[in-house]
Amino acid sequence: MTADVQTAPSADGGLRLRELKKRFADVEAVRGVDLDLPSGKLVSFLGPSGCGKTTLLRMIAGLERPTEGRIFLGGEDITDRPAHRRDIGMVFQTLALFPHLSVAGNIGYAMRIRGVAKEQIRRRVEELLGLVSLEGLGDRRVSQLSGGQRQRVATARALALEPRLFLLDEPLSALDANLREQLQVELRLLQQKLGITTIMVTHDQREAMTMSDLVVVMRDGRVEQVGEALDVYRRPATAFVARFVGSSNLLRGTAVASDRLRLGDHDVRVGGTALTVGAEVTVSLRPEEAHLRLDERAADGDNVLSGTVVFMRDLGELFECYVDVGLGDPVIVAGSPRERIDVRPGDRTSVAFAPDACVVVEEPS
Amino acid sequence: MRALRLVVTVIVVGFLLGPLLVVAVVSINENRYMDFPPQGFSLEWYGQMFADPAWRAAIVRSLIIATASATLAVSIALPLAYALRSYRIRLAPLLYALGILPFMLPPIISALGAQIFWNATNHIGRIENVIVAHAVFFSTLPLVTISLAMEAMDPHLPEAARTMGADQRTTFRTITLPLLIPSMVTGFAAAFVLSLNEYIIAFLVAGFSVETLPIKIFNSLRYGFTPTIAAVSVAFILIAATVFTLFAVFGNLLRFLGADPAVLERAERGR
Amino acid sequence: MSERSTPDARGWGVLAYPVAMLAVFFLGPFLIMLATSFYHRIPGGFYEPAFELDNWKRLGSDLFVDRAMFSIRVSLLAGIVGIVVAFPFTYFLTSMRRRWQVTLLVVVLSALSLSEVIIGFTWSVILGRAAGISNILVWLGLMDESEAYAPGFWAVLLGLVAIAFPYCVLAIYPSLSRLDREVTEAAQTLGASPWRTFWTVVVPVTRPTIVAGFLLVFVFTLGSYLISAILGRPEHWTLSVFISDQASFNANVPFAAAMALFLTVVSLVIVAIVLWFERRATARARGN
Repeated sequence: MTADVQTAPSADGGLRLRELKKRFADVEAVRGVDLDLPSGKLVSFLGPSGCGKTTLLRMIAGLERPTEGRIFLGGEDITDRPAHRRDIGMVFQTLALFPHLSVAGNIGYAMRIRGVAKEQIRRRVEELLGLVSLEGLGDRRVSQLSGGQRQRVATARALALEPRLFLLDEPLSALDANLREQLQVELRLLQQKLGITTIMVTHDQREAMTMSDLVVVMRDGRVEQVGEALDVYRRPATAFVARFVGSSNLLRGTAVASDRLRLGDHDVRVGGTALTVGAEVTVSLRPEEAHLRLDERAADGDNVLSGTVVFMRDLGELFECYVDVGLGDPVIVAGSPRERIDVRPGDRTSVAFAPDACVVVEEPS
Repeated sequence: MRALRLVVTVIVVGFLLGPLLVVAVVSINENRYMDFPPQGFSLEWYGQMFADPAWRAAIVRSLIIATASATLAVSIALPLAYALRSYRIRLAPLLYALGILPFMLPPIISALGAQIFWNATNHIGRIENVIVAHAVFFSTLPLVTISLAMEAMDPHLPEAARTMGADQRTTFRTITLPLLIPSMVTGFAAAFVLSLNEYIIAFLVAGFSVETLPIKIFNSLRYGFTPTIAAVSVAFILIAATVFTLFAVFGNLLRFLGADPAVLERAERGR
Repeated sequence: MSERSTPDARGWGVLAYPVAMLAVFFLGPFLIMLATSFYHRIPGGFYEPAFELDNWKRLGSDLFVDRAMFSIRVSLLAGIVGIVVAFPFTYFLTSMRRRWQVTLLVVVLSALSLSEVIIGFTWSVILGRAAGISNILVWLGLMDESEAYAPGFWAVLLGLVAIAFPYCVLAIYPSLSRLDREVTEAAQTLGASPWRTFWTVVVPVTRPTIVAGFLLVFVFTLGSYLISAILGRPEHWTLSVFISDQASFNANVPFAAAMALFLTVVSLVIVAIVLWFERRATARARGN
C-alpha cells in the first residue's frame, strides 16, 4: 500500500515534491523529501517537533525557499513562484488574524487587495461566514471572539478565494482538548464538502487519524512512512512510527526460524513476514492486541509470555496493565475495563497475543 | 517592609515633585518677585506667557521645532526599524548602533558636531538646522519603540497576507504599517517632548538667532527671576505629564519600559 | 523557524534614506569635528584647515585636566547617589499594583523629559534665599533667617542627582520587573527575612544591571550642561559647559572639538563596558 501511494501518478491537480531539501544556517531541517500527494484529499504531515514538517509546509506555501529540489502543483513547477502568486490558503499555528481588522475585514482581505467590488466582497464574506457557522459576527473585532470562533475565521479567510491548495499548520493547537476534537470533525467535513486539496501539519496522531486520507510520518527531516491513517497504525514500518503513532510494545529478539523469534527465555511465533534465521528482529505489539491470561496455557496457537504485574491503571475508558516478562521494559496490555481481569501488582500472570499481532519493524541500529 | 516601601516612595516622589510644587506656588504669586509663602493669587503670569511677544515667539518656535523634528525622527526610524527586522542584513547590529549612538553620547557632542557642520556649509543660524539636529539626535526614541513593536509582532501576520496574495508593498501598507502606528505615535511623542525641552543642541546650532523656549528661559534667568519663568515651567511640566499619561492610557507603558508581560499579569491580579 | 532574506533592490531602497540621514547629519558632522580638532585657530573666532596637534596637546593642560577630573568626580558621585536611592525605590515599585506602577512611572518620565533648565531653575528656587526651603523653615519657625544654598557644589550634586534619578529608575526597572518573584519567595520559605532576601538574593542577582545602570547614568550626567551652569559657580562647571563655552564665547572651536572627542572616547569606553555587563547579565538570566 505504501508503495502504491508513492509511485501512483496522481499528478493531475496534485502536488509533487522532488528531492526537496532545506538547510538553515546550521541545521538541515528537511533532508530530501519525495512525495506525490493526490488532489482533493487531506494529507497530514505527522511527526515530533523539529522533524521538518512545518518547514516542508512553508516551502509548499512559498514562505521558505528550498535549498534544493522542485515543487510541482498540477504538473506546473512552482518552486520559484513567490507566496503571493501561488493561489493557496493557509491557516497558521497562531492563526495570524489581523488584529486591526474586523472579522469581515479579515475574511475579505484577499478580495479587497485585489480590488474586488465592495458589494461582491460583502456577499462572499456572508457566504463564508455561513460556511463556518459564524453568521452575523462579521462586524466583531477579532479580540472579541472565542478561541473556536477565531479558528473558524482563520479557516474562512484562507478559503475566501477558493485556493488550489489549503494548508494548515497545527491549526487547532491553540484550543483545549474538547473543542479541538469538535473542530477536527468540522474541518474534515468542510474539506470533504469542498473537495479541496489540503495538507495539514500536526504532531497529534489522533488528529491525523481523525482527519486524514493519507498520513506522512516524518522524522529528522525525512519521510519515515506514507500510508492511509489506519494502515500506518496497524502496520508501522519502523520502530519510530510504532512508538510515535499510538503506543507500542517493541520486542527485540533473534529469529530462530522463518516464523519464530527468541525473546529472552521465550519463543514467540510471528505471522506475516518470513524471518531470516539468525537475524536481530524487532516486532511491534500494540497494547490492545495483547490480553491477560491467568493460566499459562496457550490457547488457539497464541503466544504466551508469563511474568509479574508491576503496575495497573484504570482510566475509565480503558485499563492498562504493565507486566514484567523479563525483557527489560514491561509489556503493556490494554483493554476495555469491562473485560478487566482482577490482578494486583505482584501477581503472576501471562500475556497472550496472536502471531499476526506481531508486526516486524525496521529499527536503525 | 510595607512601611519602608511607603517611606521610600514618599521621599522619592517628594524629591521629584517638591521643587515643581514650589515653582507652581510661586507662579501664582501676585507679586512680581519670588516670595514664599505667596502673596495673594494671580494667573497673570500665565497670561503674560502669551501676551509678551518674545515669550509667544519662543513658544511657537519651540513647537514648530518639536513637531517638525519629531516627524522627521519618525521618518528616519520607521524604514530603519522595518528594514533591520524584515531583512537579513549582515551589518544590522552596526546600523542599529548608528541609530542609537547619537542619543547615547552626551548631547554636547551632537551639538558641537552640528554647529561645525552647519558652519562648514555656511548655512548658519537657521531654524531648519535645529530641526535636523534634533531629528537625528532624538530618532533613537522612535527607533526603539518601533523596533520593539516589530519584534513583538507575530511574524505570521505578514506571511498570512502574502499567502492571500499581497505583495511586499501591499503587505506593508495594509498590515505592517497599521500595526506599527501606536509605536510610531509613542516614539513621536517622546521625541516631541524631549525636543521641546532640549537646550544645548539648539543653543550651539542656532542659539543666537533661533531662541527656543529653554534658551529663552535660561537667558531670562541670567537677568533675574520673573514669575513668567515659573508659569512657563509649570506649563512644560503639564505638557510632559499629559503626553506620558496618554502614553500610559493608550500604549502599554510598562511593556515599553521593559517589564515582563507575564510578571505584569500577576501585578494586574494584585499578587 | 522563519528565515529572512537578504535585501533586494527595494530593501536597499528602504534602508537608503535613514542611513543617508544618519550618515550625513551624524557621522558627517562627527568626521568634520574630528578634522576640525586638528585645525588652526585664528584668534577672533575663526579657524582654518591645518594639521596641528596643539588642540590635542591642550588636553594635557591644568585647566582641562581640572575640568575633566571635576566632571568625572561629580558625575560618579551623582551616579552613585542616584542608583543607591533608585534601586530600593524601583524594587518597591515593581512590587506594586499595575495602576500604581503606571502612575509613578508617569511621574518619573515627566521628570525625565523636563528640560535641565527647568530642573535647574526649580532647584535654584528651592535652594535660593527668596522662596526656598530656608523660607519654609523660617515660616515654620524652625530657622531664624533664610539662607541661600545655591550656587555651590552641593547644589550642583543635588541637581545632577535630580536629572539622573529618572534614568536610574528606567535603567534598573526592566531587570527588577523581570526578577522572578518566586526566587525571593523561595528564599523566604527557607527562612530569610525580607531584609535578608533583599541583600542575599535581589541585589546579587541584579548586580550586573546595577553596574550597567550606574555607568549609563554616569555617561548621562557627564553630558549634563545646564545644572552646573545654573546651580554652580564657574569652578563647578562640567566639561560640557566648558566645551560649549569654548565653542561659543571663547570662539575656540578646534579646542572644543578636541575636548568633545575626548568626551566621546570616554563615553564609548563606558558604553562598551555596559554592553559587556549586559551580555553577562543575559548569560546569567539564561542560567549560566
